[in-house]
Amino acid sequence: MARALITMPKTAKRGEIVEIRTLIAHPMETGYRAGDDGQLVPRDLIRRFSCRYDGELVFSAELFPAVAANPYITFCTLATASGTLQFSWEGDRGFSQTENVVLTVT
Amino acid sequence: MRRWWLALCVVASVGAASDTRRSGFEFMTPETQAIQRDDAQNPAMLWVQEGAAAWERKAGTAARACIDCHGAAPTSMKGVATRYPAFDAATRRPITLGQRINACVVDRQHAAALVPESQELLALESFVAMQSRGLPIAPPEDPRLAPFRERGEKLYRQRIGQLDLSCAQCHDERAGGRLAGATIPQAHPTGYPIYRLEWQGLGSLQRRLRGCISGVRAEPFSYGAVELTELELYLARRATGMKIETPAVRP
Amino acid sequence: MSVTRRTLLSAGAAIGTLLVVRPSYAEAGDLPSAIKAFTNGAPVQRGRVKLDIAPLVENGNTVPITVHVTSPMSATDHVLAITVLNEKNPQRDVITCRLGPRSGRADISARIRLATSQQLVAIAQMSDGSFWSDTVDVIVTLAACIETP
Repeated sequence: MARALITMPKTAKRGEIVEIRTLIAHPMETGYRAGDDGQLVPRDLIRRFSCRYDGELVFSAELFPAVAANPYITFCTLATASGTLQFSWEGDRGFSQTENVVLTVT
Repeated sequence: MRRWWLALCVVASVGAASDTRRSGFEFMTPETQAIQRDDAQNPAMLWVQEGAAAWERKAGTAARACIDCHGAAPTSMKGVATRYPAFDAATRRPITLGQRINACVVDRQHAAALVPESQELLALESFVAMQSRGLPIAPPEDPRLAPFRERGEKLYRQRIGQLDLSCAQCHDERAGGRLAGATIPQAHPTGYPIYRLEWQGLGSLQRRLRGCISGVRAEPFSYGAVELTELELYLARRATGMKIETPAVRP
Repeated sequence: MSVTRRTLLSAGAAIGTLLVVRPSYAEAGDLPSAIKAFTNGAPVQRGRVKLDIAPLVENGNTVPITVHVTSPMSATDHVLAITVLNEKNPQRDVITCRLGPRSGRADISARIRLATSQQLVAIAQMSDGSFWSDTVDVIVTLAACIETP
């Protein structure tokens, strides 16, 4: 399990725009780099990131080799109702990780 | 001439007004500084998080976690990183923070030693060192360290490698100048372990020293070599009073 | 099997392989083609999009960027997608984000890699079918020393 860090407020007022910042540990190996033996290091990337708010997809991103290692992605979402935000990262070699954060909306 | 200048800097560091020493942080672009300033953005925090988890995990045949002996790290580890490298009575030589942690893993947890520069050891080192963030570097005034520190200073001033350069030539005489497109910093170990953009990962001061040594086309010392610890010892004295920034970000 | 047929079959297999692993639309090729592929040929207007990136980058491995698109982000008028494309990396794509009325604000940021000094383009696809963009020229300095790991 890769280390992930999600920074967002735990509470928000209804209708408020919440800024969400995500960080996950991953080498994002491009597949263009040669290793010490001169051979190309195989591609190993996170391909997709998504955020579901109580099951509904509110943000997603398709990542390419140009995304830096240990991907940092920030986006916004509207606080509608109290619920769970589910963050998912999927990628090569079966990489799959999910983190949940509860948002309380008053 | 240089020694007087350095001694003056060390003495004046308390007064700060005439201290010309600057952390590598100040030589970075504002964008890179912003990454270090924000724990939500700093990739090194992923390792710190890992270290925090390892701190509470039982390990070895002793089935002991760091927390079992040391309690909460913010209390027990506060100030520890400021005092390393320190003199290790058992081996009768200076020891770095990473080596000290590893000694605990072996002697107290009865676990296999962590590989130098491994992700596990770096995670613990960054977590422990971060507890001294904001505190001034304060190497111990231990007379037993003196001969090692002197050798470290000698190596700092020695021209090495195919490029025939000494640390002092770049980092004392030409700090603030440019090496290709990069600004030359003063080489103060204020933020180690660092997340270095060039490595796209976290690394120790020893990794950085090896990088520089191979950069001037000299054979780098192995991890754990006493020469690297001696150099660290001298660099710590040279940076006395400067604030620890661990975990820092550097280009 | 005759030599001719074997040759033909292996050639056919080779061609088939080439077709199968044909690069995705924005992988190879130049930047204008990649832009055209994203918009499906629709025209792109300058404006409404702000791509924030340092003009001088000290290390191309980790370059912070922010894209902000001016949009009410309402149910009837919002940003559907934001893509960032580059000029000189091995492939054109950088990142493509999908937004919607639940986004609140069309603001995204990420950290990207730039192989060398080049042009970057951020394109926003709106719900009304229009495309808007911003273009920035970036200078990338490379590390001074090559070190052994």
